[in-house]
Order: sequence, then structure tokens, then C-alpha cells
Amino acid sequence: MSDGFIGGADPAGAAGWPEHPPRKGFFTDTSVCIGCKACEVACKEWNAIPEDGLELLGSSYDNTGALGASTWRHVAFIEQPRRPDPPDARKVQLGMPTFELPGAGRGESSRTDFRWLMASDVCKHCTNAACLDVCPTGALFRTEFGTVVVQEDICNGCGYCVPACPFGVIDRRVGDKGTKNVGLAQKCTLCYDRLSAGQTPACAQACPTQSIQFGDVDELRERAQVRAQTLRAAGVSEARLYGESPEDGVGGTGAMFLLLDEPEVYGLPPDPIVTTRDLPAMWKRAGLAAVALAAGAIASFLGGRP
Amino acid sequence: MVPEATFTSYYGRPVVKASPWALDVPAYLFLGGLAAGSSLLGAGADVTDRPTLRRSGRLGGLIGITLSLIALVHDLGRPARFAHMLRVAKPTSPMSVGTWILALYGPMAALAGAAELTCALPDRLGWLRRLLVIAGRPAGFAAAVTAPGVAAYTAVLLSDTATPSWHEAHRELPFVFVGSAASASGGLGMLSCSLADVTPARRIALAGAALELAAERRMETSMGLTAEPLHQGAAGRLMRASKALTLFGGAASLFAGRSRIAGAAAGSALLAGSACLRFGVFEAGQNSARDPKYTVVPQRERLARRERSARDA
Repeated sequence: MSDGFIGGADPAGAAGWPEHPPRKGFFTDTSVCIGCKACEVACKEWNAIPEDGLELLGSSYDNTGALGASTWRHVAFIEQPRRPDPPDARKVQLGMPTFELPGAGRGESSRTDFRWLMASDVCKHCTNAACLDVCPTGALFRTEFGTVVVQEDICNGCGYCVPACPFGVIDRRVGDKGTKNVGLAQKCTLCYDRLSAGQTPACAQACPTQSIQFGDVDELRERAQVRAQTLRAAGVSEARLYGESPEDGVGGTGAMFLLLDEPEVYGLPPDPIVTTRDLPAMWKRAGLAAVALAAGAIASFLGGRP
Repeated sequence: MVPEATFTSYYGRPVVKASPWALDVPAYLFLGGLAAGSSLLGAGADVTDRPTLRRSGRLGGLIGITLSLIALVHDLGRPARFAHMLRVAKPTSPMSVGTWILALYGPMAALAGAAELTCALPDRLGWLRRLLVIAGRPAGFAAAVTAPGVAAYTAVLLSDTATPSWHEAHRELPFVFVGSAASASGGLGMLSCSLADVTPARRIALAGAALELAAERRMETSMGLTAEPLHQGAAGRLMRASKALTLFGGAASLFAGRSRIAGAAAGSALLAGSACLRFGVFEAGQNSARDPKYTVVPQRERLARRERSARDA
């Protein structure tokens, strides 16, 4: 019942699965993402997710916008001038065309005036998942693979999971009455149906560069650490892991990332903490306040008639 | 002047998501608090033989909880599935805890309220009339026992999210909400009961108004940067209106023992002030989620503090 409260090394076990396969997750290496959006397309096709916007958003090649009820993989595009720059510089210098491939050289000095960050964002399937903790119907549950999934026949669309998520992933689907699962909370399931059949999630299957790697979370963590070290040794000093450490505010995530800049550049929170961490203190304060109200009400009646 | 905190974001887009809730939820915050306070007043008036306050308290509880439940069910994405809330009882979910508190409180408050409406029953059902009147007292007490929980848990409901202005308010918001519930229910009492019975309503209204104002002041200090949305835009206007109305209502309540007009003015102002507070806090939270600043800047500061203390250790 309190599987999100403690979390720990084995979320599926803590959730009550007596025997279960190893925890599954993603390692998204954004340093090799080419921004093709095959992951977005594969996810939408496999899960029959409705269309949720066909506008040009003016944010580089990102016309999807953000993760949401009908976007379970979102590719972010950031165009950056060469670092370091004064903080008020807004111009993007594309520079003169060269014959070298960007990134072909080594180290900071060989970098061009411009770089492109591309990252495929997804539900983090946190070890301590706030959405799971706050769900009042039990629709959100921890699967035997350690992932977090919404049961669409139980969810009544209360929407509490939406503000609870520290990464802004889950949302309540809007649309007209005929839309599939309209009014319900929807998010990435880590292709629970494909996992149950021993297959790879659609996005990882479709990714042409293996930017999205699928596997056991323990093994992915090792791979991520090695990759980060390799990049830093090659002069990419800004390479960092995100979500990999079990010490972080959500107990580590099932979907971890290698980023090439600070998390907020990609729209990710720099220091996410599961809101449940403060909940015991909140209940104590509420208890005190309730006692104060009761005492105040009793006191209002004391002393007989004036 | 503190310089504007600089931060990066992804095209200025939100990092966390604002709740998909609309007017139903802040309306429920107000109605639920009003109902809870009213049930307390109704039970106390029953014991101390104050019939008009008993009637007003019990009816306030009945009407408040009925409208609350309508608002809550209407807010759901699939209202027909509202009973799914009763599938589990999870202490990690303030909404689950609240569902069970309301499941205990609601029927009791409704029964106590029904005991005041027995005149609407035809003579044929005289036995039912007598039964309801007898059941009214224990039902009223049962409602009063759960009422403080009803009034306080909604603060935890809002705070247990990643919405910056709700989460950072978690230390004081329960006291703000409880004070607001007390002032709203005392206000309703002053509006609707006789001068002879008004004293407890006056007292709880004044105490509630004072608690709400003091706790809100303290809350803004402890919220840091995330207190900003409480002062801007529609949320800012609602909060300022709430403060003015609550101050005026609290002051006017001092004369409610002597003048029904003063009582009515105080009561109306406190009810309006309580509603403005709930809508203001709600809207401030929504705005704090929409602007990435309130997520990124405090988290960066927290990271910097942690790194500093790790270095110094």
C-alpha cells in the first residue's frame, strides 16, 4: 500500500510482487540523438494515441511542445550559441560553413559557434513516484517490471496525479466524447503490453541510433556511468547523468538520461523531489490545525450566556 | 532590491503541470470548510440550547456538504466513476484520506440537517419525523467529531503536489484553511441566527479571522519566492480582497452581539472573504506551476545550499 513511501532498491517487491523480473527502464543517451522523432511516431502508433496538436510552435523543430496525456515521448530541440557567453546574448551565431562535421574534432576549442541539443523525454517511472502515491482510486500501480502504469478502466479522472508529478509528465486527456480514454489520466506505460510479451518498447525499438536503450535498470545504470565517463574524458565536460542516482529526490528513475547541459535547459527540474517526502510533516500540521479548530469551537461555547 | 533571479528554461514552458481543476475545486475548498465549521457550531448549539444557531449550523452543514459533493463529482474526468474513490484507502494520498473523512462526515451532517427539515414531511410520516429529530443529535455530534478533519485535510491536498506555491505553503496552509473555515461558518451563523444565540458564532468568527490573517502572513514569509504569485494578477486581487473583507468582517463581528445589521454585514464579509481566500490560493498555485521560474529557481538554490554544506562538511 505504501510502496511509494519507501521505494528503495526494489520498487516492484516493495509494491507486493512476490516474484518478479528485473526492473526495466530506459537509458536515453541524448548525445547520439539525431532528432528524427521516430520514437514519438512509434509510441503514438503502437498505443493508438490521439492527435494532440498540429501547429508550428516556433521552438526549433519541436512542434510537439511537451509531454502530456497524448504525448508520451517528446523530443526537445535546443539551439545554442557557443559557451561561455554573456548572459544577455540572445543571438545564435551559425558561423561560416566548414568542411568538418560538427563534433568531429576533440575538446571545447574545436567546437563550432553553435550546437544543437536534442533529447527524447519520457515518463521517468520514478522509484518514489508521486503520481502513484497520490492516486486515490488505485488506478496507478507499480508493475512487476518496476514501472508505473495507469489502469484505464479504474481511473476516474480526478486529476490529482497531474500537479503531483515533479517532472510534469502525466495529464488528463481532453477531447470530445468519442476520443479514446478522454477524461482519464494517461502517460507512458513503458509498453507494458510489449514487455509482457518479452518485446522491447516501441520507442526503443524504433530509435535508429540507439539513443533510447532499453534493458534492466541496474545494467543501464552501469552503462550510463561508463558513457558519461567516456564523454567527459573526450572533452565533453558538460556530459552528466540525470535520474541515474538512487540518492536523488525521487530515489532514482527507471528512465535515466545523459544530458549535455543543465536539466532546466531541456525543461527538466534541476532538483526534483517527490512531494510525498514532506507528507508526514504536512499531516502533523494538519492534525494540529484540526485540534486548534476543535478547541476553538469548544471555547466559543464556554462561559454561559452573556 | 533583490536582483531578478536569472534562470534557464525550455522556451519559457512550464516544468511541472498545473492541476486540470477549474472552479469546482476552490469552490469545494470554501464549501467544505464552511460545512465543517457549521457542523461544529450546530453541535455546540444543540448542547447549549441555542435553537436558532443549532438550526443554522446543521443546515449550513447539510447544504455545504451537498454542494461540495456535487462540485467534486462534477470535477472528475469520468464522473460516473466517482465511487472508484472508495476502492482503496491510502495514507499517502490526501485525496484518498479526504474521501474517507467525507464518507464519515457527509451522511452524518446530512442527517443532522435533515432533522431540521422535518416540517417538510407530510403528517402521514410522523414516525419518520420523530425518528429524524431523535437521530439529529448523535448525527450532529458525529459530524462535529469529523468536521475538524474535513476543514484541515484540504490544505494537505493542495500542498502534497509539485505546484510550487502550494507545496511551499505546507507549513502554515492548514492553519490558514482552518481559520478560514471558522470565520466562514461563524459568518454564516451571524447572518442567520438570533441575537440571543449569536455569541459563539461571533467568537469563532473573530478567532478564525485572526488565525487566518496571522497564519497567512507567516505563510508568505516561509514561502520565499513562491509567495510572489499570491500578489500578482487575479490571484493577487483575490488575496487582497480576502484580507480586506476578513479584516472588516472581524471588526464588525465585535458589534454582532448588539446589532443584527452589524452581524449581517460581518457575516457576509467573512463569507466573501473566505471564498476569495480559497480562490486566491488556488489561482496562485496554478500560476506558480505555469511559470518555470518558481520551479527552477528554488530548486537551484536548494542545490547550491546542498553543495555548499557538502563542501563545508
